[in-house]
Amino acid sequence: MTKHQITACIDGSAISTAVCDTAAWASSILEAPLTFLHVLEKSLSPAKEDLSGAIGLGSREHLLDELTALDERRNKVAIEHGKHLLEDAVQRAMAAGAIDVTGEQRHDQLLDALLACEESTRLFVIGRLGEDHDSNKQVIGSHIENVVRAIHTPILMATGQFSTPGNYMLAYDGSETADKAIDRIANSPLLSNLHGHVVMVGKDTSESRTRLDNACKILSNKGHQVHPHLLKGDVNSCLMDFQQGFNIELKVMGAYGHSRIREFIVGSNTTKMLSTSTVPVLILR
Amino acid sequence: MIETIKQDWFSNIRGDLLAGIVVALALIPEAIAFSIIAGVDPKVGLYASFCIAVVIAVVGGRPGMISAATGAMALLMVTLVKQHGLEYLLAATLLTGVIQIAAGFLKLGSLMRFVSRSVVTGFVNALAILIFMAQLPELTNVTWHVYAMTAAGLGIIYLFPLLPAIGKTIPSPLVCIIALTVMAMLLNLDIRTVGDMGQLPDTLPVFLWPDVPLNLSTLQIILPYSIGLAVVGLLESMMTATIVDDLTDTKSDKNRECKGQGIANIGAGLLGGMAGCAMIGQSIINVKSGGRGRLSTFTAGAFLLVMVVFLDEWLKQIPMAALVAVMIMVSIGTFSWDSLRNLKKHPLSTNIVMITTVVVVVATHNLAIGVFVGVLLAALFFANKIGRFMVVKAEKTEAGHRRYNVVGQVFFASADHFVESFDFKEVVDCVTIDLHLAHFWDITSVAALDKVVIKFRREGAEVKIIGMNEATRTVVDKFGVHDKPEEVEKLMAGH
Repeated sequence: MTKHQITACIDGSAISTAVCDTAAWASSILEAPLTFLHVLEKSLSPAKEDLSGAIGLGSREHLLDELTALDERRNKVAIEHGKHLLEDAVQRAMAAGAIDVTGEQRHDQLLDALLACEESTRLFVIGRLGEDHDSNKQVIGSHIENVVRAIHTPILMATGQFSTPGNYMLAYDGSETADKAIDRIANSPLLSNLHGHVVMVGKDTSESRTRLDNACKILSNKGHQVHPHLLKGDVNSCLMDFQQGFNIELKVMGAYGHSRIREFIVGSNTTKMLSTSTVPVLILR
Repeated sequence: MIETIKQDWFSNIRGDLLAGIVVALALIPEAIAFSIIAGVDPKVGLYASFCIAVVIAVVGGRPGMISAATGAMALLMVTLVKQHGLEYLLAATLLTGVIQIAAGFLKLGSLMRFVSRSVVTGFVNALAILIFMAQLPELTNVTWHVYAMTAAGLGIIYLFPLLPAIGKTIPSPLVCIIALTVMAMLLNLDIRTVGDMGQLPDTLPVFLWPDVPLNLSTLQIILPYSIGLAVVGLLESMMTATIVDDLTDTKSDKNRECKGQGIANIGAGLLGGMAGCAMIGQSIINVKSGGRGRLSTFTAGAFLLVMVVFLDEWLKQIPMAALVAVMIMVSIGTFSWDSLRNLKKHPLSTNIVMITTVVVVVATHNLAIGVFVGVLLAALFFANKIGRFMVVKAEKTEAGHRRYNVVGQVFFASADHFVESFDFKEVVDCVTIDLHLAHFWDITSVAALDKVVIKFRREGAEVKIIGMNEATRTVVDKFGVHDKPEEVEKLMAGH
């Protein structure tokens, strides 16, 4: 199996159309087949309550039959619902110019399902919020952080409404992870036709200057159009301001470079960036 | 990791809390009843149930399964308590925990695959019968009041859930206990109550080290009991885990459960409780009541302790007849009713395994022995069945030449049949044995092949063996003698 396809996850929430459009855009640029994935997660909470606490002859067998029947009904509806979602998504993506579009359903937890198809996937597209959330809130969905931590394939996170991006901004911090991200972008056709801004937040030292210039050189050597920017101040608010000032339509960033323990104490820039972003974010690990 | 914790604990909060309370209410009579079986004060069982449930909620491998003081374990302790007293029971409980943790690290949970379905059914049925039999002392040599109370209790338990509206919201065992207690107090009946059976907890459990001499003779006393307790505890826990897996359609970590049971038992021993394990009946009640996550088990244990510590004055008044009714319900609910109906459908060997398991358990009061006999019997039946998958077909190719085609499994159970399948009386110059459709599994089968080859040689025939597949060849190379001339000579020299 080669990493050739794009896998986009839809769940029927409001954001699924944005996921669909974002994935179609990526598919048409990368000329990669697109697979829509609908994961049927098992709900733990039982549908029915019986607090009588009494068990009689054959209770175990009856209980198994009963629970099976309930799950069967619930899942049949869910499968049917998912099939419609997938059909709609496939049609929409084909209309938007994606190539070789298919739909797939799996019974699994989202993360496990993504891990299972990771080796054939070059780019994941997921929405910021799942169907359990109110789409206006500035939070990230319950899955995102776990997915971003566990998956090492690039992830394109869709937000709100999709419009074809004309430029992008790359948050660069001079770390090894960020250099890897630069390499990756340089070698990928996804962003090569967009106007790029490489943004570094930190002290204006000659060292950070050189690092930033080097990064831009790598990109422009591969034919990318990029501009370096060195900003001072709080990372998150600087990037936000920059994004608004330059009308940035796509963000690129490395993710979760630090341990969970450090994040527990100082908080995570990644989570903040993901939850406040109004434009799609490409996450490279 | 954090996601898993969230999923295991807080994905079903309402259902888990309610189910936990329902289970706690059913656990109290059980813990008291099992303490009485073991011959210790009810507080020993109650502290154990609290501790085991709370600890296993955190460290167990099967969310939603209920563990506490159990009848299967209590039955094994009877003689230890009688001969040596409570302190030795606590020491044995600690050792049980250590053995179970070791079993978890050795991954013995996977050994459960050797326990066949019919043995599991036999185990479950035997357990139900033992729980029922343990109630009999409460029902012999008593006044008619006790019978009436027990019958009324069972009536309430099974009929109350049928009531519309409230039937499915209030646990009927609780209704039974309250109704019978009130009745006994109002009528001032002179029947046995929980208070007559021994000390109830009046404080929170305290940490204490068993008061036994730490020497070899103590170990000699407790080790046999601990091994039995550890085995039975793990068996019942693994079987219950499988049942809960099936009911909830989710997976469990059996080896983590082994270790968890061990830790829970060590905790119980240190808090003055007896050893326990997973409970089939209570776990079914939990799932039925909507419990799925670890929170349900935790709630059951915590709520149980709160109830017994603060309501101990009331607990004393509960008539034993009410407990007996609840325990009969648990016994009926644990029994596999389908297994009786399936007796007609299933093959005889399966039925023999199931019934033998039940009979041995009921006779010895030790579930471990029953399961051991059941597994042994099932293995023998299996070997016998597979042994029939072997046939030797004789075929005449040319004058003075005989060809034998061996098809199937050759091992200890079919080796004799294998040897008998050849005609040594026939006078031939050359014998070909074609093995390419045969499997040789053990040294018995290899010895049998050697015997055949040697016998033919002694009759003056030349023997050719062809088509040995890889499996056969390795076994033959390892154990065979016919292709090593000096070995054959040695064998022949004796004659």
